[in-house]
Amino acid sequence: MTTVLNSLKPQALVSTLIPQTREHWINLLLILGLVGAALLAQYLGERFYVNLASRIAIIAMAAVGLNLALGFGGMVSFGHAAFFGLGGYVAGICAYHAFNMNPALGIGFLPEGTNQMLTIWAFTLVLSGLLGLAIGKISLGTSGVYFIMITLAFAQMFYYFGISWPAYGGEDGLPIYLRNELPLIDTNNRLTFFFVAAAMLLISLWLSQRLMGSRFGAALTMARLNPVRLATTGVDPQPIKLMAFVISAMITALAGALYADLNGFVGPNMLSWHFSGELIVIVILGGVGRLYGPLAGAILFVLMETWLGGVTRYWQFWLGLILLGVVLFARGGLLGLLAGRDKDV
Amino acid sequence: MSEPILRIEQLNKSFGALKATREVSLDLYPGEIHALIGPNGAGKSTLIGQVTGNLMPDSGRIFLAGEDITNRKVAERAQLGLGRSFQISSLAVELSVRRNVMMAIQATQGSSFRFWKPVRSDSALLEPTADILERLGLTERASTLVAELSHGERRLVEMACALALKPRVMLLDEPMAGMGSEGANRMVAFLAELKQEVPILLIEHDMDAVFQLADRVSVLVSGAVLAHGSSDEIRNHPAVREAYLGEETD
Repeated sequence: MTTVLNSLKPQALVSTLIPQTREHWINLLLILGLVGAALLAQYLGERFYVNLASRIAIIAMAAVGLNLALGFGGMVSFGHAAFFGLGGYVAGICAYHAFNMNPALGIGFLPEGTNQMLTIWAFTLVLSGLLGLAIGKISLGTSGVYFIMITLAFAQMFYYFGISWPAYGGEDGLPIYLRNELPLIDTNNRLTFFFVAAAMLLISLWLSQRLMGSRFGAALTMARLNPVRLATTGVDPQPIKLMAFVISAMITALAGALYADLNGFVGPNMLSWHFSGELIVIVILGGVGRLYGPLAGAILFVLMETWLGGVTRYWQFWLGLILLGVVLFARGGLLGLLAGRDKDV
Repeated sequence: MSEPILRIEQLNKSFGALKATREVSLDLYPGEIHALIGPNGAGKSTLIGQVTGNLMPDSGRIFLAGEDITNRKVAERAQLGLGRSFQISSLAVELSVRRNVMMAIQATQGSSFRFWKPVRSDSALLEPTADILERLGLTERASTLVAELSHGERRLVEMACALALKPRVMLLDEPMAGMGSEGANRMVAFLAELKQEVPILLIEHDMDAVFQLADRVSVLVSGAVLAHGSSDEIRNHPAVREAYLGEETD
C-alpha cells in the first residue's frame, strides 16, 4: 500500500519522468522524435509519412515482443511471423465476417465477426498466448540452432496454411475494407490511428520494463546467462523461459492485428520467414536486450527501406553492410553505440 | 552425541574395471568441519559427485538429516538443504555481485513468477543480500561486475550464493584454490566461524588450511578411506605420511 502511495507522490512521479541517464534521454528522444515526426507530417499534409510513423510504431512493437524472447530470454525465435500473422488474420477475418454479415467459418452458431478492435485484440491475445504456449513448449525442448529451426518450421507451417486456405483469400490475402473501430475514437483518422499505435507501443515498452525489473525478469536473465546456476538454486529455467516466450508471442501478435488495420490488408506475407528475419534484424540493429533497442532498430530499418529502397532496388545490400558493421563493431547495436553499456546491473 | 546431519554408508562406484569408490563411509555432525583429503586420482571428485547427485553410486546409501537422498536429483538435494560451491566458477559474470546473490535469495523465497514489483527496491531481497555480502567482506564490491573480480573474490561470491540458499550442510570443493594468501586467510577465518552455523564437508589441497580448520580428517587413497581421525592424529599417522604426504616413515 505504501509503495502505491509513494509512486503517486508528485515528486516521485516527476523523478520517474525526468531522464536520469544518457540511455533514458535517448529513449525519450526516440519517442518524442517519432511522435514529433508524425505531427509534423500531418501539419505538412504528408499523409504517407503519417502512415510511415504508424508503421514504425507497429513494427517496433512487434520487435519489442521478439526482444523479450530473443534479447532478454536468449531464445532466438525465427518464427515470430507466425504470431504477427496470427494477429493480422484475426483482425482480417473478424472484419471480413462483420463486413459480409456471415458467420465465422460458415458455422451458424458462431458470431458474425466484429469490427471492434478491443474484441479483436482480446481474441488475438488469447489465441497467440495458446499458440505461443504450444510452440514454446515444444521448441524449448531444444536449444541453439535447433531452436531456431523448429520455430522457423512452425512459422512455415502457418505460412503454407495461409497460402492454401481459399476461404480467406489464400495467396491473394484478405482486404479489410473498413478499418476496425475503437469506442469514442475515430480510427480512420491517420493521426488518431498513429496515436493508437504509439500508445500500444508505449504500453508494451512499459510492460517489458516492469517485467524485466521484477523477480521474473531476474530469473529470466539468469536463465539466459547461466541456466545451470539457476537450476542449482532450485529454480527450473524452463517454465520461466516458456512464460517469457508466451508473453513475447502475445505482444508480437497484437502488433500484427494493428498492422493489418493500418494496411487494410492481411496476407500470407505477414506469416513469411522474411518477416521473422526482419524482426531479428531490427532487434540486432537496435541492440539485443536493450529495452528501447527495438524502437531504434525499427526506425532505422523502416527509414532505410523507404528512402534507400526509393533510390536503389538493392537497398538490402546496404542494410546487410550496416548489419555486418553492427555485429562486428557495435555489439550493443544502435543503443549500445549511443548510450554505452547497459548500466542496470 | 547428536545425530549426524550427513551420513554416507558403504558407497561403491566403479567405472568399468576401475573401482573409484570402495566401501566409503563418512559422517558429518553439526558444528564441525570434516575434511576429505587424498592425492590426485584418489576418488574425491567421484565421491563428491555422488553426494551432490551428479553421479549415482553402484551401491550404498546417503542420508541428509536422517532422510535417504540416494535417489534424489540434484535440484531436490539442493532444496533439502545440501549447499555446495563449485570447483569451476559458475556465476553470471555479466551481472554484478549483488545481482548474483539476490537471485539466490529470491530462489529461497519461492516463486519467481512475480511480474510487477521491481527487485531493485525490494527490501525482502536487498536486506538479506546486504547481510551476506557484509559477512563475506564484499559490501564494497556489491555493484561490481563479477567479470571484473579477481579469482579469489569470485570464490567469495560463490560462497555468498551458496550461503544465501540457507543450506543445512555445505559441501566445499577446494574453496581456497587459486586464492592469494590474503584471500585464503580470509576464507579460513570465515569458514571457522561458519561451521557453528552450517557443518562443512571440505575438500581441500591446502594442508595448512585443512589442519587449521578441520575437526576431523578422512584420508582417501585409491577410492577407499585409508585413515580417519583428528587433525593431529592424521598428521602423525604413519600410513598417511607414507601414502599421501609422500614421506618415508623411519
